[in-house]
Amino acid sequence: MNFTYTILIPIIPFIIFLFIGLMNSKIKPSLAASLGTGGMLISFILSYYTAFLYFFKSVKVDGAYQKIIAFNAEWLHFTDKLHIDMGVLLDPISVMMLIVVSTISLMVHIYSIGYMKGDDGFNRFYSFLSLFSFSMFGLVVATNIFQMYVFWELVGVSSFLLIGYYYQKPSAVAASKKAFIVTRFADMFFLIGILVLSFVTDTFDFITLTDTTGSAITQGGSILFMGMSTMTWALILIFIGGAGKSAMFPVHIWLPDAMEGPTPVSALIHAATMVVAGVYLVARLFPIFEISAPDALMVVAYVGAFSSLFAAIIATTQFDIKRVLAYSTMSQIGYMITALGVSGYGGHEGVGYMASMFHLFTHAMFKALLFLGAGAVIHAVHTNLMTEMGGLRKYLPITHITFLLACLTIAGVPPFSGFFSKDEILVAAYHHDKVIYFIQMFVAGLTAFYMFRLYFRIFWNTEPHYHHTPHEAPFSMTFPLMFLAFAAVFSGFIPFEKLVTSDGLPLDLHTEWEVAIPAISVGLIGIIIAFVFYKKESSIPDKISQNLRFFYRWAFNKFYIDELYMFVTHKIIFNGVSRPIAWFDRHVVDGTMTGIGKATEFTAKSIKGFQSGQVQKYGFVFVSSAILLAIAFIFYWFY
Amino acid sequence: MQIETLLLMRHEMVLVIIALIALFYEIFSKGNNKQKFIPIFIGIYFINTIIGFLPQSEGTIFGGMFVLSGVQLIMKNVLNIGVLIVLMQSAGWLKKAENKDNMLEFFVLLISTQIGMDYMISSGDFLMFYLGLELATIPIAILAAYERNKSKSAEAGIKLILSSALSSGILLFGISIFYMISGSIYFDEVATFMVNPNPLMALGLVFFFAGMSFKISLVPFHLWTADVYEGAPISVTSYLSVISKAAAAFIFTMILFKVFGQLAYLWKDIIYVLAVLTMTVGNLFAMRQQNLKRFLAFSSIAQAGFILLGIISADKIGLTAVIYFALVYIFSNLAAFGVVGAVSNFSGKETIKEYNGLYKTNPKLSLVMMLALFSLAGIPPVAGFFGKFFLFTSAAQGGYYWLILIAVLNATISLYYYLLVIRAMFIESNETPVPNFKSDFFMRTGIVISVLGIFIIGFIGPIWDYIKVVVDSF
Repeated sequence: MNFTYTILIPIIPFIIFLFIGLMNSKIKPSLAASLGTGGMLISFILSYYTAFLYFFKSVKVDGAYQKIIAFNAEWLHFTDKLHIDMGVLLDPISVMMLIVVSTISLMVHIYSIGYMKGDDGFNRFYSFLSLFSFSMFGLVVATNIFQMYVFWELVGVSSFLLIGYYYQKPSAVAASKKAFIVTRFADMFFLIGILVLSFVTDTFDFITLTDTTGSAITQGGSILFMGMSTMTWALILIFIGGAGKSAMFPVHIWLPDAMEGPTPVSALIHAATMVVAGVYLVARLFPIFEISAPDALMVVAYVGAFSSLFAAIIATTQFDIKRVLAYSTMSQIGYMITALGVSGYGGHEGVGYMASMFHLFTHAMFKALLFLGAGAVIHAVHTNLMTEMGGLRKYLPITHITFLLACLTIAGVPPFSGFFSKDEILVAAYHHDKVIYFIQMFVAGLTAFYMFRLYFRIFWNTEPHYHHTPHEAPFSMTFPLMFLAFAAVFSGFIPFEKLVTSDGLPLDLHTEWEVAIPAISVGLIGIIIAFVFYKKESSIPDKISQNLRFFYRWAFNKFYIDELYMFVTHKIIFNGVSRPIAWFDRHVVDGTMTGIGKATEFTAKSIKGFQSGQVQKYGFVFVSSAILLAIAFIFYWFY
Repeated sequence: MQIETLLLMRHEMVLVIIALIALFYEIFSKGNNKQKFIPIFIGIYFINTIIGFLPQSEGTIFGGMFVLSGVQLIMKNVLNIGVLIVLMQSAGWLKKAENKDNMLEFFVLLISTQIGMDYMISSGDFLMFYLGLELATIPIAILAAYERNKSKSAEAGIKLILSSALSSGILLFGISIFYMISGSIYFDEVATFMVNPNPLMALGLVFFFAGMSFKISLVPFHLWTADVYEGAPISVTSYLSVISKAAAAFIFTMILFKVFGQLAYLWKDIIYVLAVLTMTVGNLFAMRQQNLKRFLAFSSIAQAGFILLGIISADKIGLTAVIYFALVYIFSNLAAFGVVGAVSNFSGKETIKEYNGLYKTNPKLSLVMMLALFSLAGIPPVAGFFGKFFLFTSAAQGGYYWLILIAVLNATISLYYYLLVIRAMFIESNETPVPNFKSDFFMRTGIVISVLGIFIIGFIGPIWDYIKVVVDSF
């Protein structure tokens, strides 16, 4: 089956980016919007067509889905062994990601028509959206880790541009810088990891790297470095890069601030697509993690579990609705990462892998829905703070219903999709590591609590005095809400275990009720507590936060991680390292250079007299130099 | 001898015909008609440049006095391109009232020197080499004195002819020593004797070096350069500093490889000393120049020092690097001279201070100048970077790391003074800047070709590969 056309999926947004970006203010906003959305619609259709062909029509070998190189071009040729290619790799996870990215991106394109209407930088916004879509497509279809790295940085840049979209706002500028610097810092480890990995295995290519019987996996772990195999080091370094993009502890600090960007951007980049790149990266390299570096996988599991708990606790204390969603995103990504960490490879062992991908898919749908719904709310009341909201169910009926569905989904209430995917994760954790299982169970309860806290504060509770009566968003904004609500509710019925598995073979799964029933129960308990606390104005939450004052303040201030970073960078690194280096540079390096310059000038001045202008003197110098050189060299050579 | 074998001299014969056309036009034209000849002549020369690229057989004639192979062909074509640009850039200057009466002399003399260079490059013995060399030098002395009404121009002419007479004497002294040792003037036969060095042979070698160093203006045989470059008309200066220098460097390299290949371990020492002296002293002088012609003269001395880095490795990569660098250098330097010429033609201004604020009034010219200077300084991605890069690579293969270090330091120093000019154009303010002007068609074309060259050579790999293939078969 010929999949060459898939190269068009990333190329179309790229062309549209170039066109809108170059024309910018020369074209009408309506043209930019229809071009961007139209192009994305084509990519969307192509992605679904590809998924259909791949999952249902392509040739399977021994019942397993194959990795297909749909397109490949050599980009840089260094040696026959070392070359960097650009191409399209199709396998279950990349095809699934094509669906996720194209769906969310298309919905965000449509939503933004209404949300960004009348904004000065409307065309700029659409060109950046296209650039992001191009980069994200390029990332998911990467055939080799270097291509992935290139597009990885490109999505980072797009994210930077979009977070700083309101560049007149100092906080947006600061947030975009923070996001870029923090993720770049993590990417530095990623790059080192890539270099180590390719040094150990002699290849960048994913197919060669993840071939379970190939030399890359079987030989890679042989060299030891500081007590661990080089492969473990390489994979941990690569995972740091992934953790940076996926906002895992301790490099998560950029994600809440990134909410300074327009809300559709938060939905697209900081909820559904780019932030799961780290999960995708680990999944992409999963066989090599599992087989030749189980220690690294353990790190992955615990980082994910800790991050999900950490973020969920913070989320219960925040008042900015987008920040609550941001921490919720971090928590849910922690789930996916943990699921990969507790997974094995192949057969029933690989249920964690499948669950992670499943949750990635459903999370993309319901979290994008939550963000877009939050966007509709913000659009209506012009504030981000839930304390200034309440009783909105009367004014925003569609937003209300879709938001409620999304909250039920994320809380894991059956039969919505979140229940199925989260249940599989808990099952995987249950069979692998009880500590992680209990953490994740607790987080499930917290999730239900803080999501319904959000829901009740926005749509019920006491209605404040609004300056203008809030009104429902236009159809261009409610349509994506309804579409995504449909996906969030029903995507749980997609037979993921048959399609996306660690080894490409379908799995046979049934619901394990001894895991599912506690999970549903903690979810319901969380919802009920939130109902009691926030359905109506109540003094219980304040009392609790008073009693737990110390811990509450700690969590409310995000456990002071930002302050810790500030202290380390400003006080220790700036004062202890940068200042002395700056002094050295200013005085010693510059001083030497100035000295050399002065000496050169002086020499130039002093030999100027040589050039007198008298031709007889020139002749003298000429002949005498010839003779002197002759004498000197004859002595040098022969005596 | 068959007529086909004479066709080996096709380059030279076409040039002779062109020179004759110019001479006859001089005889039969009256008064103002001469001006019409400029476009015709440039057209003819353009055709000549194209003819130069037509396929040609290789071989020797006149009993080995005249040799033609792929390498010589490339060198001649490189010169052709350079001369074409020089001619285009001199059109406007020639049209001036004080120059136009004798413009045909300019053409005849210029072409004559090129004929000399072509014969010199194709020479198979020292006689042909010397004849070509003199034919290439004496008309230039006349050209340097072309602006008779200016005393500086006359001074340039007389200084050039006196100095070159002296250098020819030394050169001939060296050649006669080779003849004394080997009893022959043919390169091949002399080479067979250049195996076991003795002091006499060394004396000849050093004198030969001194004579050639004069032509390429290597320190300490460079003193004539600054005065002549400053005094001569700009077209002649650019011709001298680019075309003559490239031709001399070509034949110098080839003779060193062909005749003295066995003595390479000796003459590498001389090259080492001369390279260090030339780069350093050229830079130190260039730094303090205010007149742009003089400035470019000294910077071209420093550039010649870099060429030596290609020669010192004494292998084919080195020769390839030299030819490639010459090509890059021709385009870069001619772009710079083109701008200086255009400004000087229009306003007579030639010092760096007078270029203050040029960017505001003439942005395009300033950008060209910047590009040319960046290329001369060797900043990527323009061609100059690759030119220097290959020279350094060939020297590195010979293991001359200290020399490369000195060269890199010098390249950095050169960046300093090139930036001085760029700063003047872009940053400094000026109450009376050179007003905006439009130069004539040929000048603009010449500059555009140079700029294209700077870009194309830098970005297109096959040019280097092509030169390499030809040199490998040499």
